[in-house]
Amino acid sequence: MNLHLPSAPHTHAPDSVPRIMGLVLLAVAPATLYGLILFGWPALSLLLVTVLTCLLCEAACLSIAGRPVKPFLWDGSALLTGVLLAVSLPPWAPWWIGALGGFFAIVIGKQVFGGVGQNLFNPAMLARVALLVSFPVEMTTWLGPHPLFSSHAPGLFDGLAITFNGIPDVDGVSGATILGHVRTQLGMNHSLSQILPGHFQPGAAVLGWTGGSLGETAEWLALLGGGWLLWRRVITWQIPVAMLTTVALLAGGFHLLNPDRFADPALHLLSGGLMLGAFFFATDPVTSPTTPIGQLVFGAGCGALVYIIRTWGGYPEGVAFAVVLMNAATPLIDHYLRPRIYGRTWGGQSRPVKRPPTRPGESQ
Amino acid sequence: MNDYRSIFTEGLWGNNVVFAQMLALCPLMAVTTTATNGLGMGLATTGVLLASNVVIASCRNFITPDVRIPVFVLLIASLVTLADMAINAWLHELYKVLGLFIPLIVVNCSVLGRAEAFASKQPVSASAVDGLAMGLGYTLALIIIGGCREILGSATLFAHASLLLGDGFAFLETTLIPHYKGFLLMLLPPGGFLVLGFLLAGKRAMERRVQQRKERARSADLQYGHCRVP
Repeated sequence: MNLHLPSAPHTHAPDSVPRIMGLVLLAVAPATLYGLILFGWPALSLLLVTVLTCLLCEAACLSIAGRPVKPFLWDGSALLTGVLLAVSLPPWAPWWIGALGGFFAIVIGKQVFGGVGQNLFNPAMLARVALLVSFPVEMTTWLGPHPLFSSHAPGLFDGLAITFNGIPDVDGVSGATILGHVRTQLGMNHSLSQILPGHFQPGAAVLGWTGGSLGETAEWLALLGGGWLLWRRVITWQIPVAMLTTVALLAGGFHLLNPDRFADPALHLLSGGLMLGAFFFATDPVTSPTTPIGQLVFGAGCGALVYIIRTWGGYPEGVAFAVVLMNAATPLIDHYLRPRIYGRTWGGQSRPVKRPPTRPGESQ
Repeated sequence: MNDYRSIFTEGLWGNNVVFAQMLALCPLMAVTTTATNGLGMGLATTGVLLASNVVIASCRNFITPDVRIPVFVLLIASLVTLADMAINAWLHELYKVLGLFIPLIVVNCSVLGRAEAFASKQPVSASAVDGLAMGLGYTLALIIIGGCREILGSATLFAHASLLLGDGFAFLETTLIPHYKGFLLMLLPPGGFLVLGFLLAGKRAMERRVQQRKERARSADLQYGHCRVP
C-alpha cells in the first residue's frame, strides 16, 4: 500500500463557531457547577431562567430579522451568553433579574448590532451593567455559602419560592462580599488592619467558600478553565496576563505606600469576579482587539479600570464596567495598533532591500 | 409652497423634527423622563418656533445673507427669554422641573434650522403654519418617548399633569402598576437612546411595509390594468 503523505502546510477544518462556544462552555462548567452546589436550588432555577430567556430572545430576533433560526440558535452563542450572564449574577436573585438580563444581553447587546460576531460590547457584561445600574438592591443582595443538601440550605420547593417569590428572610441570610465590606468599613474611617482579620481568609477565597456571584467565588476553578482554554488555544495569554498583572502591580504599589488604606494584591486577585472576568469576559474575541500588542493594552486597561473602580469608584466591584468600557475603546486600539505591513516600514514606505555583497569574480 | 395642508402634515409626521430630521435630541434625552415633562417642553418649543418663524419671515427682506445667522440667533434668544419668563411667572411648578432646559431652547437646532431652511425664504403665513406644525410634531415625539420611558421606568403615565395643565387634568395621571420597583436605566439618558432607537426602527419598518404594499398594488395595476373597464 502506498500511502502518500504530503508535506506541510496541511489544510484543516478551521475552528467553527459552535466548536469554540462548546469549548468555552466546557471551560466555564466547573465554576458554574461549583456555584450551583454552593448556592443550591435557587441558583439552578436562576441559571435556567436566564439561559431559556436568552434562547427565546435569540429565536425571536432571528425570525423577526428573517434569518435562519436553527443554525444560529444551535451555534451555542446565545447559550453561552446566558450561562456567562447567570454566572455573574447574585445567586439568589429573583427570576425577573435573569429574564430581563437575558433579554437585554441578546436583544440590545447582540441582535440590535446584527447578531453573532457583530456586537460592540460583550452582551453578558452589558446586561450585568444595565441590571446593576437599574436594580442596585437586587443586584447586591449577596449571601454566604448555602451548599446543596446541607442543613440550612433551602430544598427544591423552597428554592423555587426564593427565585420566583423573593427571599423570605433577606436580612437573615444576606451579607456583604469582602470587597463591599472593605469599602463600607473604609468609608467609616476604619483601617484595613482592623477590618480584614476574621473576614478575609485567602485559603477560603481561593477555594471559593465565600459569598459572591454565582460562578465567581471559586478562583481556582476559573483559573483552571481559563488555563484549559489557553492550552486549547481558544484564547491567547495577552489579555488575562496583562489584566491580572496590572491589578497586582497597582494593588502592590499602593499597598506598599499605605497598607492601612489599600488592600494587598492577594485580596484583589482572589475576590470578586476578576479571575472569571480576565479569562471569560475580557477575552471575548468579538469585542477585544485583534493584535497581540492591542490585546496587551486592552488587558492592562481593563486591569487599571478594575483597580480604579474598586478603590475610588462608586461601586465595590468594577470588572463588568471595566470590560464594557474597554470594549468601547477596542476600535480605537485596533485603529492605532495595526501591525506593520510585511516588507514595509511603520510609515508605510517599502523597506530598503539589503543585497548580499557580491563575491569577487562573480558576475552581476 | 402655499399648500398649507402639505406643510402641516410634513411638519407633523413626514419631516418630523425627531423621527425624520433627528434634530433637537439633546433636550429630548434630558427632559423626557415623563410624558408631562415632554408635553411641557414641547409646548414651550412650539411657542418659540411659531414666534421665531413669524418674526424671521417678516424680517426676511431686511436681513442680508452675510449677517443672517447672528440676527436669527439674536431674535430667537429674545423670544426664548420671553418664554422663560412667562413659564416662570405662570407655570412655576413646571419651571422648577424644566428650569434649566428652557433657556437651552436657544440652542435647539430645530428652531434655527426652521429659520434658516424655511422662514427666511417663505411668506409669513406659510412660515407660521410650518413653525406650528414642526412644534406640534416635536411635542408629539416628546410625549411618545416620554410616555414610553415613564411607563417602563416608573409605571406611571402623565404623572404631575395637574401641575402643568391645571387641576382639571388630574384625570390624566395614571399609575399602571402600584408598588413598581422602578427601572432606573430607562429614566437615565441610555433609556432615552434605547426608546428612540426602537421607535425609529418601528417607524422605518412601518414605512417599508406601506411602501411594499403600494408597489404591489402598482405592479398589479400595470399587469391587469388593461382589463379594467374604465
